[in-house]
Amino acid sequence: MASMFPTKSSDAVMAPSRDRGGGYWRDLDWILIIAALGASLMGSVLVWSASRADLASESDPQSYLKRHLINLGVALVLGIIASRINYRWLRAYTPVVYIASMVLLLVPFVPGLGVTIAGARAWIDVPLGLTIQPSEFAKVSVILMMAALLSERRDREDEPSAQDVLLALLVAAIPTAIILVQNDTGTVLILAAVSLSIIAVAGVRTRWLVGLIGGAVLGVLAAIQFGLLQEYQVDRLTSFINPDEDVSASAYNANQARIAIGGGGLDGYGLFEGPQTQGNFVPVNESDFVFTVAGEELGFIGSTLLLLLLAVILWRAIWIAWKADDLYGRLVATGVAAWLAFQMFENVGMTLGIMPITGIPLPFVSAGGTSMMATWIALGLLQTVRLHSLAVLRSQV
Amino acid sequence: MSQRSNLRLFVLGALMVSLVLTLLGRLFYLQVLTGEEYKVAAVNNTVREVVEPAVRGLILDQAGRPLVSNRTSLVITVDKLELERAPEGADAVIERLGGILDIPAEGIADRLKPCGTEGAKPPPVCWNGSPYQPVPIAQDVDPQIALSIMEQGQRYPGVDARLDAIREYPAPFDVNAAHLLGYLGPVTETQLEEQGPTTAFDRLRRTDVVGRSGLEAYYDEEIRGKPGVTTLAVDTAGRVTGTLEEFAPEPGDYLVSSLDAHLQSVVEEQLVAAVQRAQRQGYPGDSGAAVVVDVKTGRILAMASYPTYDPSIWVGGVTQKQFDKLMESGSLASNATQGLFAPGSTYKVISTIAAGKEGFNLNGSYDCPSRVKLGTQVFRNYESAAYGDISLARALEVSCNTVFYGIADKMWERAGGDDAGREAADPIAEAARQLGLGEATGIDLPVESVGRIASRDFKAENWELKRDTWCKNAVEGYPETRKTDPELADYFTALDQENCADGFRWREGDALNASIGQGDTAVTPLQMAMVYSAIANGGTLYEPRMVKAIMSADGEVVKEIPPIVANEITGSRAKQSIRFLQRTLPGVTTDGSGRSPFAGFPLNQIPVASKTGSAQVTGDKVSTSWFASYAPADDPQYAVVMMVTQGGTGSKTSGPSVRKIYEALFGVKGSDVDPRRSVLVDGKPSRDLPVIRDDGTPVIPLGKDSGLPEARETITARGDEGGG
Repeated sequence: MASMFPTKSSDAVMAPSRDRGGGYWRDLDWILIIAALGASLMGSVLVWSASRADLASESDPQSYLKRHLINLGVALVLGIIASRINYRWLRAYTPVVYIASMVLLLVPFVPGLGVTIAGARAWIDVPLGLTIQPSEFAKVSVILMMAALLSERRDREDEPSAQDVLLALLVAAIPTAIILVQNDTGTVLILAAVSLSIIAVAGVRTRWLVGLIGGAVLGVLAAIQFGLLQEYQVDRLTSFINPDEDVSASAYNANQARIAIGGGGLDGYGLFEGPQTQGNFVPVNESDFVFTVAGEELGFIGSTLLLLLLAVILWRAIWIAWKADDLYGRLVATGVAAWLAFQMFENVGMTLGIMPITGIPLPFVSAGGTSMMATWIALGLLQTVRLHSLAVLRSQV
Repeated sequence: MSQRSNLRLFVLGALMVSLVLTLLGRLFYLQVLTGEEYKVAAVNNTVREVVEPAVRGLILDQAGRPLVSNRTSLVITVDKLELERAPEGADAVIERLGGILDIPAEGIADRLKPCGTEGAKPPPVCWNGSPYQPVPIAQDVDPQIALSIMEQGQRYPGVDARLDAIREYPAPFDVNAAHLLGYLGPVTETQLEEQGPTTAFDRLRRTDVVGRSGLEAYYDEEIRGKPGVTTLAVDTAGRVTGTLEEFAPEPGDYLVSSLDAHLQSVVEEQLVAAVQRAQRQGYPGDSGAAVVVDVKTGRILAMASYPTYDPSIWVGGVTQKQFDKLMESGSLASNATQGLFAPGSTYKVISTIAAGKEGFNLNGSYDCPSRVKLGTQVFRNYESAAYGDISLARALEVSCNTVFYGIADKMWERAGGDDAGREAADPIAEAARQLGLGEATGIDLPVESVGRIASRDFKAENWELKRDTWCKNAVEGYPETRKTDPELADYFTALDQENCADGFRWREGDALNASIGQGDTAVTPLQMAMVYSAIANGGTLYEPRMVKAIMSADGEVVKEIPPIVANEITGSRAKQSIRFLQRTLPGVTTDGSGRSPFAGFPLNQIPVASKTGSAQVTGDKVSTSWFASYAPADDPQYAVVMMVTQGGTGSKTSGPSVRKIYEALFGVKGSDVDPRRSVLVDGKPSRDLPVIRDDGTPVIPLGKDSGLPEARETITARGDEGGG
């Protein structure tokens, strides 16, 4: 804990050299970038390994890898752009971004444009055989919008007013409702966790926070009780408890995933050598179940390395939130940290059989263009917050 | 920013750390702690094995005659899962199948029920293999019938025919040896669990049959062989994507037993003859055993148990009716190795050794009154005979109980009488222990009884075990019995009061009973045979062995099993006692209780050392007939022990059969001895191992020595003519 939250005076990395002044490249959080690139690189190799067998008989067995690398390139560019956005400008235009992404979120419902994948009508068909998942962008815009709302302090009071909190909840509720209709349960859970984290760090009264968490739990229970969730959604949420007795599809997935990971042992079968991976026993192992490839082929050592790289990203995000100059910056960074953390826990947790099976990707690692772009944009936003904080710090000297 | 925000952010950070740690912990558990299990699961997922079962090794007798061999059989199997999907219902198909195979449909249904499910019959009738595995329901089916079933596939869904290698019992000389050879059965759940998760190609599979008793079980690993396994890689759709491994099947090794089929058949016959002799005298003669041991090695040359059963009934699984009959007849367990019996007077050799060790004069004179009185108890001689002052040798010859009572009484007094503790000297029990009683003999069979020695130790132990019950009964006074028979209840109560108070005490009466092999002492006939072997060879107690070598199917010697010494009797007094017994026991046959069965036997050429026994058993009206012996007494080779429960005296019931066994061993006809007439091919157990030809068939003695029908003999001997 001490290294995660160093005191200001000893903070050598964060405080730029006063004599030499700052600069965009110098001030960037390179640890964060290196960790994210490392995770992406591992991700590319894992996606390659996972997709090789599927595509062995097709004309280009490397097509997945190529598309993945192109996506990564586009995502990096978007991330750089996001990191260069003017802080005030970003805040001012947040409502526009939010409304735009809400509109985008509705597009899958338009006949002819929407695509249903794995039971979730959450994709938009675009030319060149690609699909876009607007809910990924919705996460970013919800974070920005809630941060903007909750950092607005009319009377310089210490905590957000009830009105701000209700408004922030509404901001989160709109996309949550849409995504719920699209049957994307995983994203709903992530959005709920992100919203709660932002509201908590915004400093709302503890009473409200407890009420919100309690309300969320009751809401889920009520949804199950009154049949608001489809039966298969409940199945997915409960099948992980007793996977061996359940022969439904999601239990099959959970079992195969655990066989793959467990079989990897300490040092794994070696890249391209995992019998479960290469025999296509684990479904969608290039995206949602990509962690099983790491587990089986790279073993405990390799998958721990991957988890540690992701943990470094979380650590840097929290640190940026901690050092943020203003509440807006802190809330943006908090939102991104919470998003990445819960999504990572849910995704890896489901492959390990300790979380229910939901269709969400592993940030930085899974194949999937939209997810990758959204996460790199989020990284860019973290850099923006950091660059702004350092600039303010420098100007105060 | 507010303190509250800082605190919340800190908590959020801490939450993330714990989330990461949770994932790492779970990962460690799955991959490092339980990884092996999942590896097996992954292999099961991605590979398919095509298994060709290994040919099980033969079991040969000492001359090379096959006691157990293999043959192929046309077997009808039923795939239960497919059968249950039959549109007209499984029962209709089973009914039809029963009709064409001419077996009751009920039997088929019973056979198909997995063991442990509702309504399933106990094993071996129920199916204890995998539910995904076809269940064999009929063996040796007429090819015409099998063909007509195959041709009408739609009428018999899930029914298939295949050729299986199954066990066959050529039975040279009509030998039975069921308890020794054992039988096969499907591998048990326990065995699979013990094996643990493994993917080794020669692991036990659910479909395997393994030895479940006798030599088949004891040497299962050796004779099982290794299956031929081709491991194919498959993908999710079950498509074969390549061959990963290939192992050719390796036939199992052969067991070369020290049994001789010809001798075994004589011993089996003579045991039945002894039982019939008992029955002719009007006695129940309900069970018996006989053992022939090579005294120089401890190898078993023949061992028979009555009642017995046909070993081939296990092939392909028994029916409920057969199984019930087996259980009812008590023929499943071997009386020779598992039956426990009071040894009676055959035990006097042990008392004699103890006496010698304790310094009693072996050449002295001892009083042999007709009875000894002890309080209200009277201890008698057989038929209350009195011989006056006689030598110890004469006491053995005529089996005088009272001489041994006297010796035991002195020993008991010396040890401290009634007040002696549990650790006090108990020379007779000590000698019995040295000769292997009360302990497993170590024979190469999966089960044997240990038996017990009546002793201070046993009595104290037994008291500790039963004290609570005795004391409870002593207080309660048998209220149930009292209602109908108050006198009996009083008797029981008094007995239990005494037992409760000092049932741990080694009483004078206990000591007297123990000296003549009565009371709590119980032995297996095999143990007694090993005792007499040890006396014959001058004090070496061998572990009995049934197998003398393991050979590969192509005739190489894999392992020779040497004689194993279990204990050596040392000490000059003990040695002297054994020499005394060696000098004395031939007299039993010439001038003592063993004389009548050997009347006319050429004892001048083949002196026989023997000791009779007629053990009283509580509850039995008739004594257990024992005849323990070895011969030739001047150069001991064989020990022969026979016993029949409720069979009368040793000399009348068992003695004549033991004589016949010696006649067969030595080639005795009338008073003429000719080793060429011996049932053993060279007149003695073969020193050499049999020859196995390249094709796996053993070379067996020809003509009358083969013991096999001519047709079979020529088949197995064909390679011989070709000069192989």
